[in-house]
Amino acid sequence: MTIQRSDIEKLAELARIQISEENITATLTSLGNVLQLVDQLQAADTTGIAPMAHPLDAVQRLRPDTVTEPNRRDAFQAIAPATENGLYLVPKVIE
Amino acid sequence: MHDKTLAQLSAGLASGEFSSVELTRHFLDRIQRLDATYNAFITVTGSEALQSAAAADARRASGDAVHPLCGVPIAHKDIFCTEGVRTSCASKMLDNFVPPYNATVVENFLAASAVVLGKTNMDEFAMGSSNETSWYGPVKNPWDTGCVPGGSSGGSAAAVAARLAPAATATDTGGSIRQPAALCGISGLKPTYGRVSRWGMIAFASSLDQGGPLARTAEDLALMMNVMASFDPKDSTCLDLEVPDYTTNLNDGIAGLRIGVPKEYFDAGLNPKTAEAVQAAIRELEKLGAKVQEISLPHSGLSVPAYYVIAPAEASANLSRFDGVRYGHRCADPADLRDLYMRTRAEGFGDEVKRRILVGAYCLSAGYYDAYYNKAQQVRRLIKQDFVSAFEQVDMILGPTCPNPAFPFGSKGDNPVAMYLEDIYTIATNLAGLPGMSIPCGFVDGKPVGLQIVGNYFSEARMLNLAHQYQQVTDWHDKAPEGIA
Repeated sequence: MTIQRSDIEKLAELARIQISEENITATLTSLGNVLQLVDQLQAADTTGIAPMAHPLDAVQRLRPDTVTEPNRRDAFQAIAPATENGLYLVPKVIE
Repeated sequence: MHDKTLAQLSAGLASGEFSSVELTRHFLDRIQRLDATYNAFITVTGSEALQSAAAADARRASGDAVHPLCGVPIAHKDIFCTEGVRTSCASKMLDNFVPPYNATVVENFLAASAVVLGKTNMDEFAMGSSNETSWYGPVKNPWDTGCVPGGSSGGSAAAVAARLAPAATATDTGGSIRQPAALCGISGLKPTYGRVSRWGMIAFASSLDQGGPLARTAEDLALMMNVMASFDPKDSTCLDLEVPDYTTNLNDGIAGLRIGVPKEYFDAGLNPKTAEAVQAAIRELEKLGAKVQEISLPHSGLSVPAYYVIAPAEASANLSRFDGVRYGHRCADPADLRDLYMRTRAEGFGDEVKRRILVGAYCLSAGYYDAYYNKAQQVRRLIKQDFVSAFEQVDMILGPTCPNPAFPFGSKGDNPVAMYLEDIYTIATNLAGLPGMSIPCGFVDGKPVGLQIVGNYFSEARMLNLAHQYQQVTDWHDKAPEGIA
C-alpha cells in the first residue's frame, strides 16, 4: 500500500498535529519508509492465529466498587494552562 | 566511592565507612563537574537528595533495621513521575510538568529510604535508540563522546557508566534498557511484563512498556529489583504474584543449565566482531557447566515490522492525552479549540514522536485496522509461540543484545528504519512479554558489547544468577571508560 499526500493531510487531522506545507513531503517520505518496513507482515501466514493482546493472556481484575481516591482537584488544576472557578478553560466552542 | 558497586556502597553505609550525606555529596559533585560532558541528567535534585541523605543517616543511627538501599543514591529516568519535581519525558510538551503524585516505582524507593540524585535524560517519550530525540539534547556515550549511548534510557545508562550514579531506573518498550546497557558497558534487566508497576510511568506502548534497573553488576540489578518489583492494584496489568528476594540464588551453580543460541540472531546483519565476543561469552558459560545447543526462532525477522505497527498504534492512543488543556505545553493565542490542539501538538512533540503518532493513526484508521494492527497482533502470537517452543528445550536463550557497538551521532541518516533495525534482537522479547537482560561481554574497537540473556516468564532470579556467575569469572563489568574510575 503506498501512501499519498492526501493521506498525510488526513492523518494530521486525525492525530490533531499541524503539519506545515514544507514538511509534508519529508513526512510522506519517512512514513513511506516505515510502512514499507511493516508491509513485510503481509507475507506471514496467520491463518487461524488469534491476535495477542496480552503476553500472559491476563484479563482485567475487578475491584470492590468503593471510593478510594480523595478529591485533589486543586493540585491537578494548579498545573493546568488556564482554569477558572474549578473549570479548565479552552477557546470558545459554542458561539 | 564512585567506583564501588551498589552492594559495596550498601555495605559501606552499614559499616559506617561513610555516611549517606558524604556519599550523596560525592555523587552530586561528580554530576556537577562531569555532566556538562555527558548530558545524562535533565534535572538534578541536589538539595532534596541531601535532605533525604541526612534523614537516611538519622534512620541508621537510630539503630532501627533499615533497607539495604537506605541512604544509597540512585537516579530515576525522567519518565517516572516524581511529586513536586519536573518530569519531562525529554519532551518540550512536558517541560513545565510538575506531577502532583509519585510513580509506584518512585514510592518503592522512597519506602526503602534510597536517595534520588535527579532525573535522567532519554529519547523523547522513550521513542528512539540513540538519545538523539531528546528535547534537552543528546546524551554522550562515556566510552566515546562522539558516539550515542543508545536509547531510550541513554541518560540512565551513561550516568551509571560514567559513575555519576551507582544505579538508575529505566524502562524498556523495544530494547530501551538492554541496548543502552550494551552500548555503555553496563548491566540492565527488563523484567517480565507485569512484574514492575507501570503506574506513574509515562505511557508509550502500554502492552510492551516495562520498568527495570540499570547498574554495573547482576548483583546490583538484584538489589534494585527487590525494590522495583511489586504488585500494584493501581496498574491493571501488574501481576499479583509473590516477589522473590532476587539476591538469594545469585551464588547457585549453573552446571547443567540448558542454553539455547538462536541461529537467527547470528545472521548477516550482525557485526562479526560482536559475534566473536558473544560466542566467547557462551564458551565461558560452557566451562561453568552450562549445556549449549542451537535453537531456532523462525519468526524473529517479523518482530521489527510487528513492533512498528503495535508500538505506534498504542502510542497514538496514549499520546492523545497531550492536548494543551489539563497540563503541559499550550500554544499561544489559539484561535479555536482545533487550532489549540493542532498547534500545541505540532509545537510540543519532536519529529520522531510525531512520526510514530502518524504511523499509529494510519494503522488504526478505518479500512487499515485488519491489514495492520490485527495482522501484527497475530504475528505477535507467532513470535511468542517460537519462544514457548524454545523453552521446552532450553532454560535460557543467549545471543547479542544489538548488532553493532555504539555508533556516531547522526550516522543513521534520514531513513528512520535504519535506526529501528538496531533493536532487531531485543524487540521480540517485549512482544512476547518475556524478561531480557544485557551484560557486558567484551569490546569491539574500544566500545562495549552486550550479551543478551532471555529467560522464561518470571525467571529473573535465575537470569541474575547466570549473569552473576559469569561476572564471577570475567571482569568486563568492572571496566570503566578512560579517566572515570
